[in-house]
Amino acid sequence: MTLQGVLDAIAAVCMVTGALLSLAAGVALLRFPDLLSRMHAAAKPQVLGLLLVLTGCAIRIATVVDVTTMVLIAFFQLATAPVAAHMVGRAAYRDGQTRTDLLITDELAPQMDRFSERPAERNGRASVDPPA
Amino acid sequence: MTVAAVAVAALLIAACAMALVRIIRGPTTLDRIVATDVLLAITATAIIAEAAFTRDPTALPVVVVVSLLGITGSVGVARFVTREKP
Repeated sequence: MTLQGVLDAIAAVCMVTGALLSLAAGVALLRFPDLLSRMHAAAKPQVLGLLLVLTGCAIRIATVVDVTTMVLIAFFQLATAPVAAHMVGRAAYRDGQTRTDLLITDELAPQMDRFSERPAERNGRASVDPPA
Repeated sequence: MTVAAVAVAALLIAACAMALVRIIRGPTTLDRIVATDVLLAITATAIIAEAAFTRDPTALPVVVVVSLLGITGSVGVARFVTREKP
């Protein structure tokens, strides 16, 4: 087996594994009971699946310019996926859309009590004097 | 390599179908947002896999844009989806 054949086999294994992670996320989206567990499964193709497929692609296309593009893709995906997941999870928790009966422990609940009594609405327009 | 390409395509199509089912059925908007994120990640994966199997890097900048702008939809919707407290 030539070196090219070995590299192609490694790339194929990487890409099939990445696609399997995507399939696992699809199954989990259908089967998991609530939003937080679906988010847990949804991160698999977003991070590990994409990185595995990028590795396979970098083995197949081994030029400097294209590998730089792939590093950029990996960096942007790693930087943006946690932020999006954090915003979605925060919105779900604050809106009461998580199933608390499925949680083993909820460390955020005592902290949330501190924010329950909000100060009076500070509307930016309230301080503006009406035109005479 | 053709076998691997067909296998990857089949797996990704099945994953896309399941994410679409969740987008259609999802009881809340946030479920649909999570499923849309997964669909976007699968799309990026498919574009990269196509580039790898054909050894043609033409479409790779598209994936850069997808990975950069994929955040905007979910963050925007998650910011404004919460109900107003009475």
